[in-house]
This record gives sequence, structure tokens and C-alpha cells, in this order.
Amino acid sequence: MRRLWFALRRDRALAWPLALLALVALACVVVPFFSRGDPLAIGDVLSLRLLPPFSRDAEGSLHLLGTDRFGRDLLVRMMLAGRISLAVGIVGSVVAAAVGTLLGAVAAWRGGWLDRAIMGFGDTLLSVPRLVLLLVCAALWQPGLLTVVIVLIATGWMGVARMIRAEILGVSAQPYVQAAQALGMRRWRVLWRHALPNALGPAIVATTLGVGNAILLESGLSFLGMGIQPPRPSWGNMIAGGRDLIVTAPWVAVAPGLALIATVLAATLIGDAARDRLAGERGAQRRDLADRV
Amino acid sequence: MLVRRIAVALVLLWLVVTLTFGLVRLAPGDPTALLIAPDATAADAARLRGELGLNRSMPVQYAQWLGAVLRGDLGMSFTSARPVTTVLGEAAPISLALGAASLTLTFLIGVPVGMLQAARRGRLTDRVLTVLTTAVYAAPTFWLALALVALFTYGAATLGLPAEWRLPAFGIRTPGVTLTGWAAVVDVIRHAILPVAILASVGAAGIARYTRSSVADVLQLDFVRTAHAKGLTGRQVYQRHVLANVLPILVVLFALSLPGLLAGSIFVESVFAWPGLGRAMLNAILARDYPVVMGATVFYAAAVIAANLAAEIALPLLDPRRERA
Repeated sequence: MRRLWFALRRDRALAWPLALLALVALACVVVPFFSRGDPLAIGDVLSLRLLPPFSRDAEGSLHLLGTDRFGRDLLVRMMLAGRISLAVGIVGSVVAAAVGTLLGAVAAWRGGWLDRAIMGFGDTLLSVPRLVLLLVCAALWQPGLLTVVIVLIATGWMGVARMIRAEILGVSAQPYVQAAQALGMRRWRVLWRHALPNALGPAIVATTLGVGNAILLESGLSFLGMGIQPPRPSWGNMIAGGRDLIVTAPWVAVAPGLALIATVLAATLIGDAARDRLAGERGAQRRDLADRV
Repeated sequence: MLVRRIAVALVLLWLVVTLTFGLVRLAPGDPTALLIAPDATAADAARLRGELGLNRSMPVQYAQWLGAVLRGDLGMSFTSARPVTTVLGEAAPISLALGAASLTLTFLIGVPVGMLQAARRGRLTDRVLTVLTTAVYAAPTFWLALALVALFTYGAATLGLPAEWRLPAFGIRTPGVTLTGWAAVVDVIRHAILPVAILASVGAAGIARYTRSSVADVLQLDFVRTAHAKGLTGRQVYQRHVLANVLPILVVLFALSLPGLLAGSIFVESVFAWPGLGRAMLNAILARDYPVVMGATVFYAAAVIAANLAAEIALPLLDPRRERA
């Protein structure tokens, strides 16, 4: 833990976005606890709706970011939405990367028809723009939280699988892998202990960059009404809710948009930092990163 | 080699056609439920299913669809009772024009910015541009669209800017007015400024980020140092050595950026109410108009596969080293 702290203090390019992401996550977890009542419930619409930021309502409670058209506090809803967006983004991309790693490793190690089947299926999915695939799946099947996560995983594993496969094919020609095999180690154990750990670098970069992507896609789906369904808030459907108020009450759409940008920016910068650290001296730095994470 | 590549692309297209059929036809829900009148009887619904070909077995439907696609026939739209090729054919030119204009601007802006950043690596220009490109890259297209609409319609009005500065936010032509000649062209261009600007800036940010890192990689190679050492000017080094090594990367980028551009155009068409492919597809999804959904998906996939194929064919021409690989 202390070593991690010191490493981060030296590593500004990684520390800032991590701090920003941690701040957003912390706010999302903590802020809703301070709100009175049910953030999804609609109260006295006439007196509460569309209060501008920094204003107090009749009962005297402060609405830092104002209220939406149903008089619900925007800050609290934004933080609740953030919980969902962050969770969907992180779970969606991490599980997708895990699936991709597994399939890529099996394809490379097993070879033959299984390799061709997995990569062919992956190439097919890669030929359709991911948003189109997401739209078709999410809308025709039941739209909702679980569908979004499953569809993000189903459409997100191919890139990682290709990378892992290429890396493992490269690594398997290395002397240490051949030595392990020559020493009589079981074939799948060689993959697990030697080949896979040395092929993980690009997958880690792809996963971190994928978090931002997954969050954007989820919000996009929700914006179009095919992702997270109201009254459950998500940054995407909150922006959709402020769409026709953009002139009269711009804060309704602007606030969740800024939260979205900050989060995706942090995730992207973390991915960039990870990539920069992997691009240099590959072997050593890859181990370093694998240890640090 | 060329024949093999084309064959692979065709197999991929067949797989996409199959996948599309599977995804759309295996989805739960009955499209006839949205098409018939609320007071229709079960017999009416069954007859409609028969007319739409939905009561045949899945393999038969698949075979029929595959055969039809091979003949260039994507079936009839459930909701408008017109051929899908007509529906898509009306929408496609709008999306293609939007995409072409945005893609051109994307590269015209993104590549020079990325190269400038790589040349000034680590200095103030680079840092400012990095922050800017990453922020734009992180911004969702649909949110940027809303923000710009607010800025250029309401914002321009409150700031007291002349009426010509207020850009139209919706549609592709001014409704209710028949314009001819030059005025009509100007009208369409004014409607296109915001959508194209959004797609181009998001695209250019991504391209700039990618160009920066790949040009920075090239600048570190030995032959660049040699070129400098043998007395070439900076401009000569860039023109003769750096650009030659960056061009293949840009071709790959073109193929890579196409899916993103298509996806972005779905949002932009949705916000700006442009009657393009993205909107046609969204409406078809909401109405469970299966033939249009399948047709649009196949169209998008065909565009991506074609772009990848073009890049694969162009790469060895630009980079002889790849011929052997």
C-alpha cells in the first residue's frame, strides 16, 4: 500500500486521473446518503420543478444543482446515476476483457478449428459497428440494466481476444515457454503460469480504455431510450430528460453531461498512462504494471 | 492474394447476414402486435403473420432471406409496405454525405494536429492540445450536439447576434419555404454545419490522439536521426521520411474510424432530426420493423467490411515491407 502511494506520487500522469475517478466514485457512493426522502419519488411538482442551481425550495432545503422537471434534486439523482453508470462501465468492460482473455488464450493454445471458430465469430461481431449491435440487441430484447451489461460483454470481448491471441502466439516461441514444455510441464499449466502472464499487458490497457467506452455506450443507449429505463436514473437518460429543456433549463442536461465527460476523461487518461508505461521497455514494465495493479 | 482477401470479406459478409438474422428473428416479442389494430382478432394476427412470412420455420425463413439478399432484395418494410432497399436508398445518401463531409474534415484537422503535437512533444502546445483532444474524445456526441444547439440557437439569439449567425438546429432544409438554385444549397449547408462540426470534432480528436502517438513512435526511430544527421532540414525529414512511414498508419486509421463515425451519425441524426440511415434504423427498431433493421445492419456491416478490405489492399502499396507479411 505504501509502495503504491509512493509510486503514484512519482507518477503524476496516472495519479491525477485516478484521483478524479476516485472522487467521482466517492461522491456517487456518499452523496445520496445525505438526501432526505426517496430520490426517485416525485413530490410537489408545481413548487419544486426546474429550480435553478444554488436555489432553496419552500422547505428551505438547498438544491446545489437545481431540480429537474419533476422537482427531483439533480445532484442526488446524478450521483445515483453515477453508481449505475460506473458499475455498468466497469463490470461491462472488465468481464468483457476476462471473456476475451479466456477465448483468445484458448484459441491461441488450442489452435485448429476452435481457433478458427472463435476468431471468425469475433471478426463477424467486429464487422458490425458496436453501437448498431448494441441497439439491435438492447432494443429487440428487453431493455434494462441487465441487458445492457450482458450486451456490453457480448460485444466487447473481440478486441482483447485478438490481442491476447497474437501476444500468446508471440510468447509461445520464447525460450522460457519452450523450456517449461521441455521440462514436462503440462500444456495448459504452461499457458496459465508462463504464456498468459506475459501476454496480459495489452489486455490491461485495452480494459482501462474500454471502461470509458462502455460508460459512453451505456449512456448513449440510455439517451436513445434503449438502455437504463426511467425512473432509475442514468447519465444518459438524464440528458435525454433535459433534451427539450436545453433552452429553458439547461442545467438539467448540462450537469450529467459534465459528470459523464469527467468520468470518461479520467478513464481514458488512466488507459493512456497504462499504455505509455507498457510501450517502452515491454517485458520489465509489463511485469511492473502487473504487480502494481 | 487479392482474390483470397475478397473471398474472406465475402465470407465475413455472409456471417454478418447470418448473425443479423439470428439476433433479430430470435428476439422475443411479436412484430405483428405493433402492426395490427387493437380490436383485431387472433385470426387476423395469424393471417398477418402469414402475409409477412413469419409463420414459416426459422430455417426456411433464413434460406429465403439469404436468397433474397443475394439477389439484392432486402424484403418489404413491415410498417411502410415499401421495399427495404427503397427505404434505405432514400436515407443512405443523406448519411453518406454527412459521413463523407465529416470524415474529410476529421482527417484534415486530426492529422495535422496530431503531427504538430508529436513534433512539439512534451511542450506547452502539446499539453494544451492533449487536454483538449482528450476532453472532446471523452465527450458523448449526443451531449455535444445538445450543447451546440443551445449555444447556436438560443445563445446566439440572447447575445444579440445577427440572424444569419443563428444556425438551424433541426432537419436538413428550412420547412415551408421553396428555395431554388444557390439559396437552396446555402440552406442545406447551413443545416449541415452543426452536425458535421460535431462529428468532425469528435472524430478529429480521436485521430489526433492516435496520430500523435504513432508519429511520436516514428520520430524515435534510427532513420529519423540519420536523416537529421546527414543535414536534411526539418521539413525534408518530415516530407521524405516521417510521412512515408505515417501514411500506412493513416490508411489503417481510416478503416478504424469508420464504425465510430457511423455510430456517431446515429446520435447526430437523432438529435438533429436528419432523415438518414441512423434515424431510419432507430425508428425501425422501435417499431420492430425487422426487415429494415436487418437491412440497415447489413448495410453498416458491408460499409465496415469494404473499408477494411480497401485498407488491406492499399497497405502493401504504401508500405512494401508488408508485402511479405
